[in-house]
Amino acid sequence: MALLTCENLTLGYDGSAVLSDLRFSVHMGDYLCIVGENGSGKSTLMKTILHLQPPLRGKIVTGDGLHANEIGYLPQQTMVQRDFPASVNEIVLSGCLNRCGLRPCYNREEKKLAQENMARMGIAHLAARCYRDLSGGQQQRVLLARALCATRKLLLLDEPVAGLDPKATAEMYALIERLNHENGITIVMISHDMAAALRYASHILHVGEPLFFGTKAAYLNSDAGRLYAAAGGERA
Amino acid sequence: MIETLQLYFSYPFVRYALIVGVLIALCSSLLGVTLVLKRFSFIGDGLSHVAFGAIAIASVLDVSNEMILVLPITVGCAILLLKTGQNTKIKGDAAIAMISVGALALGYLLLNIFSASSNLTGDVCSTLFGSTSILTLTQGEVWLCAALSVVVIAVFLLFYNKIFAVTFDENFAKATGLHADAYNLMIAVITAVIIVLAMNLVGSLLISALVIFPALSAMRLFKNFRAVIVCAAILSVCCALIGLLVSILASTPVGSTIVAVDIAAFGLCALTGLVLGCAKK
Repeated sequence: MALLTCENLTLGYDGSAVLSDLRFSVHMGDYLCIVGENGSGKSTLMKTILHLQPPLRGKIVTGDGLHANEIGYLPQQTMVQRDFPASVNEIVLSGCLNRCGLRPCYNREEKKLAQENMARMGIAHLAARCYRDLSGGQQQRVLLARALCATRKLLLLDEPVAGLDPKATAEMYALIERLNHENGITIVMISHDMAAALRYASHILHVGEPLFFGTKAAYLNSDAGRLYAAAGGERA
Repeated sequence: MIETLQLYFSYPFVRYALIVGVLIALCSSLLGVTLVLKRFSFIGDGLSHVAFGAIAIASVLDVSNEMILVLPITVGCAILLLKTGQNTKIKGDAAIAMISVGALALGYLLLNIFSASSNLTGDVCSTLFGSTSILTLTQGEVWLCAALSVVVIAVFLLFYNKIFAVTFDENFAKATGLHADAYNLMIAVITAVIIVLAMNLVGSLLISALVIFPALSAMRLFKNFRAVIVCAAILSVCCALIGLLVSILASTPVGSTIVAVDIAAFGLCALTGLVLGCAKK
């Protein structure tokens, strides 16, 4: 049983399809990179997986004991967040909300979980600091810690290194790889960084023309993969 | 001075005004933080104009208790604004501007054509700037105001963490199974209720000040959500109290005096924030 299966999925807005007949599955421990040009429907796919918008046709099935609201999501930053007066602790804790139900307060267990995830991301010493005063790399770690509070199994990352400097980018990729290898957390990542995708991913989903889904090795031998490798993506 | 105050407080309507003023200030500041951070500051302004239009309709129809008509219309518009704000042909800010100006114009037109009142300008002025209405509150209105305030505060405390999540990152909240749309709706409805309540205090043109100034002042000083909310609430209540007392003593209009105190508090907070910021560096 796969963690996440998409069957004949057609996505788009207002009835016009951006992506059609998408078929892929994500298994426990996979590291899937979703690549493709701007406007090819990567973000739409992400939103559909998260149930932020309904698919036009087809369906997304979650399995292996994964509930639809147990996906950890690392969104791209919004304007609102740039000057939001919130402490790191408050933001990370808000990842635990899906455990609360109607209970108005966080319990001790959830507070401990938030502490652990902050420690795991190396931001425990920043807990009382204001989010907007942090560097870009630190902010991403905060949001990643929040995503980890929301999930035990699957992380969905939307361009996690966008706007980071090279050092922070490398650290971010290392963190994600550690989560995948050591903690067995399944990763689904949207990326523009072809080199990194080919270096870290176990599977590749190429959206747009031509559509491709398979292991990294198969991708490098496919038409789509060769096209990208020729364009300079191959470095790994 | 003390004697003047004692004299005034022997009148029940002054005591009512004080109670209602404090409650409204508290509620509006709680909500204000969320509205400012969600970039919804102008919804308050738009809705207050809608409430003015609704009052005009109520007085034309000669409804005895204006609340019965004004509250549903304003809540309805709040829901409408929120629904259209997301993705339609008329964008959020334009929709708000349209509805608020439209309501203002039509309200005045209606009053002009149909009103039997001899002092039309005075009526309009007091609705817009709330100059006298706080002192004409009946006991029933005070109770209604108190009850609604308690509801607003209770809802806010119960859903504090959820409101934080929806304000900070709506998509993440939705993805983790929170009904963000429902919470947005709740926020809009509460906003409408507070605005209708606050019309008695400061009049419909000045309500936004009660909503945004305490929140903005608190944000100059504090850097986490809880501290900002607590500070905004305390600031707002203090400013309302000072404003009310000053307006009694100096016989200035209530609404604009409270807003003036709010502005002064904002200036003070901005200055303190700047000094603290420099001191850190």
